[in-house]
Amino acid sequence: MSDTGFKNSILPVTAVCLAILLIWSIASVWLNTPWQKDVFKRAGAENVGAVEFVKATMAQERPKLPSPQQVAVEVYNTTVKKKVTSKRSLIYHSKITLSSALLGFAMGTLLGIVLSVAIVYNRALRKSLMPWIITSQTIPILAIAPMIILVLNSVGVQGLVPKAFISMYLSFFPIVVGMVKGLNSPDIGHMDLMRTYSATNWQSFWKLRLPSSLPYLFTSMKIAIAISIVGAVVAELPTGAVAGLGARLLAGSYYGQTIQIWSALVMASILAGGLVWIVDIIGRLVTKRMGLNHA
Amino acid sequence: MSESVIQVDKLSLTFQTNDGPVHALSDIDLDIQQGDFVSLIGPSGCGKTTLLRVIADLEKATGGNITVNGVSPEAARQARGYGYVFQAAGLYPWRTIAKNVSLPLEIMGLDSATRKERVARNLALVNLEGFEKKYPWQLSGGMQQRASIARALAVEPDLLLMDEPFGALDEIVRDHLNEQLLALWAKTNKTVVFVTHSIPEAVYLSSHIVVMSPRPGRIQDIVVSDLPRERTLDIRETPEFLRIANRVREGLRAGHSYDDVES
Amino acid sequence: MLDSTVAPKALERFLYLSALCFGVLALGLLLLQFFGKPLLVSTSLLVIVAAIVGYKLSFHNSAMAAVWLLATSSLAAAFLLLFLSDIESQGAVGFAFWFLVIASWVLAWASVSRFTEINTLSRGVNAALSILIPLIFGVWLLLLWEFVTKGHDVPKVLLPAPSDIADRFMHSIPTLWADFKQTFIKSVLTGYIMGCSAGFLVAILIDRSPFLKAGLLPVGNLVAALPIVGVAPIMVMWFGFDWQSKAAVVVVMTFFPMLVNTVAGLSAASRIQLDLMNTYAANYWQTLFKLRLPEALPFIFNALKINSTLALIGAIVAEFFGTPIVGMGFRISTEVGKMNVDLVWAEIAVAALAGSLFYGLIALLERLVTFWHPSMRAAAR
Repeated sequence: MSDTGFKNSILPVTAVCLAILLIWSIASVWLNTPWQKDVFKRAGAENVGAVEFVKATMAQERPKLPSPQQVAVEVYNTTVKKKVTSKRSLIYHSKITLSSALLGFAMGTLLGIVLSVAIVYNRALRKSLMPWIITSQTIPILAIAPMIILVLNSVGVQGLVPKAFISMYLSFFPIVVGMVKGLNSPDIGHMDLMRTYSATNWQSFWKLRLPSSLPYLFTSMKIAIAISIVGAVVAELPTGAVAGLGARLLAGSYYGQTIQIWSALVMASILAGGLVWIVDIIGRLVTKRMGLNHA
Repeated sequence: MSESVIQVDKLSLTFQTNDGPVHALSDIDLDIQQGDFVSLIGPSGCGKTTLLRVIADLEKATGGNITVNGVSPEAARQARGYGYVFQAAGLYPWRTIAKNVSLPLEIMGLDSATRKERVARNLALVNLEGFEKKYPWQLSGGMQQRASIARALAVEPDLLLMDEPFGALDEIVRDHLNEQLLALWAKTNKTVVFVTHSIPEAVYLSSHIVVMSPRPGRIQDIVVSDLPRERTLDIRETPEFLRIANRVREGLRAGHSYDDVES
Repeated sequence: MLDSTVAPKALERFLYLSALCFGVLALGLLLLQFFGKPLLVSTSLLVIVAAIVGYKLSFHNSAMAAVWLLATSSLAAAFLLLFLSDIESQGAVGFAFWFLVIASWVLAWASVSRFTEINTLSRGVNAALSILIPLIFGVWLLLLWEFVTKGHDVPKVLLPAPSDIADRFMHSIPTLWADFKQTFIKSVLTGYIMGCSAGFLVAILIDRSPFLKAGLLPVGNLVAALPIVGVAPIMVMWFGFDWQSKAAVVVVMTFFPMLVNTVAGLSAASRIQLDLMNTYAANYWQTLFKLRLPEALPFIFNALKINSTLALIGAIVAEFFGTPIVGMGFRISTEVGKMNVDLVWAEIAVAALAGSLFYGLIALLERLVTFWHPSMRAAAR
């Protein structure tokens, strides 16, 4: 998206975000009303004013849908106010999820690049491996998460690495697909030019194929990093992990702590959004520097 | 016998851009009669395509008056008063050739018997019988452009607006299509407004050649051709032809002289 | 088949050489054991002959070499499987066995290499090759898995062999079918249809408002990058333990990709084509149905394909948060706990099969509907 497009979209995006918050608030009042009515009835409080009632629906301890400000307060309390080392700090849990996601992302990117280079340069690999790489993504890989973690646990690999494996599996795919496209993106004219110089495979790789694949790489990395967060969160779900955003989700769902669930979700979203943004910025800087200005 | 099809009176069009206003058209006066073949010729930026788009109501003028078939361009468009041929064939790849030609007829809400009859007739007119069931991407560029002309003709308008329709084709195909277009014009007595940047093409086809120049887009000269209506490609070697071509070239040069430095 | 045969490159020659070496090594080892294992001896002889003949053939005729290598490597693999099935009477597998595994795998690899060198204009042959080549690769992946787990006697709780999984699959069809019905037919399909339709309809609704489009597109793009599957516990709280809550997760997950792609697709029509519609004085709906929707179809199918995987993931993961005692996600998480790993793998096989078939079906539909699109025409060539 161009810069002018960005400017033109600030106002509508803000409006849409505000609308979402508004709908969220209304929904939380509406969904929490039955419970609140019940509470007031039992307390014998008749004729509660509308304003007071709405306020009460937005301040329940275990609401069906917490209001935006409840979630915001919870996120604030568990990030800024808690010590980072505390088990109740969201920063602590985010760090755990983030580190396995980043490790998985790094491994996935590396694997993806290596595979794509092999695929581009070896016909037999391209024909035999590429269909399986595509098929591998039609498999709901997250379903295997508990399996992979179990297998790795029993061979003595524990903690960060099994989770990172899931992220890696999820993130290598967009990289392979994007990079194969990118490495093949130089047009025939440019490739022929390299031929007229009788450049070696190695030379045309470094001087032509790799530079022209970079925009594709960054586009793929944006998808990969977002999906590796998803992988890390989900990998924490089935294994009874005690720490991490996924574990917060699970614990929240066991004890009906909806505010905790929502704040973990918001945190995961902030992480994903932030990382995508960072990759985007780096990608823009690099491609701009190289004079490659296309999406 | 002749009546005005398009009347343009002191027409102007100014685009507002970040670099200030651009005078795409300025003070255009033009009168096109029934049965004329009018070419608009000039360098890029002279507003020839813009003028055509104003006639077609794809662009709104900011000043002056224009009527098409005696009414406003918008009313003419609503009444499907013209057929428009673009530089690219713009056929829909998911429709067969016959279905493409019948597209405007479907939009007009004609019944299927009429559609069928008109599609067959107009495909025959551009010599594309037998290709009804083919998809556009199975045809050569020249054939695609002929199909798009058939699509414009299918509306059965008296007025045909053509925006560099053969600009993307090679010269051999272009010559061939020019011949066919002339034959079509002679057969149907339609009014044609034709945008081009090729002098031989303009002179070969036209009864009137409108020479335009840029910054601001304006009419430099209107050359009336006295070549006979029936022409063959050989006519391009006659002194008559060369004389007209020369006059067009001089018009273009006159309009261009002051910005030599720039170009 | 007369084709211009491409001589094997360095890598491929190395494959023949290593197959030969491993074959000879295995034979030597077996010699030391006084030919105690006749099956392995014949395998090593087969491998040696296959490598030499294959190498010679590869210079003359790619197709013949490829078929020869495929046949011999498959026969060698069959011998090795036979040897494994009788493992108790043979005692533990030795180095000779592993050398032969490597040798026959390398031969299969060489056959793939030869198959890719076949140049033919025949469409049928090319289509068959485009299936055969990945098939060889896939089958060998399974074979290696089988050899390693069986040959190394890997504990079943760690990694069961494909044959064990297949065995378990055959014996648990009723359970697997019930889980499939619960998860795929009830949760996934319902949620998928609802989510995709909702995303599509909202895209059409906001199409007329540039303001909404400008606002919703970036937000939708952002949301599509978020870990939406995390809403699963909330949906379970709202809609209960049964399939409705899973369908709800699927709806939320599939909604945004469809919305974003449809909005992008609806703006894919070119200026000229829109102008053309304008010259016909076509109204909004005519332009939508005759031009913009067909033009958007590749985008819509893209979303349908992305969503087919997302939907299955969403439904299975949502089941980790609570379900009645049936469903693929439920089975996976409980059987992992009970160490019934082969059943888990059978369940995963079902999921993989369902996922690929679902995706394949949509891809096939895409081919039929958007046959005219340049990307499809290139693929069909």
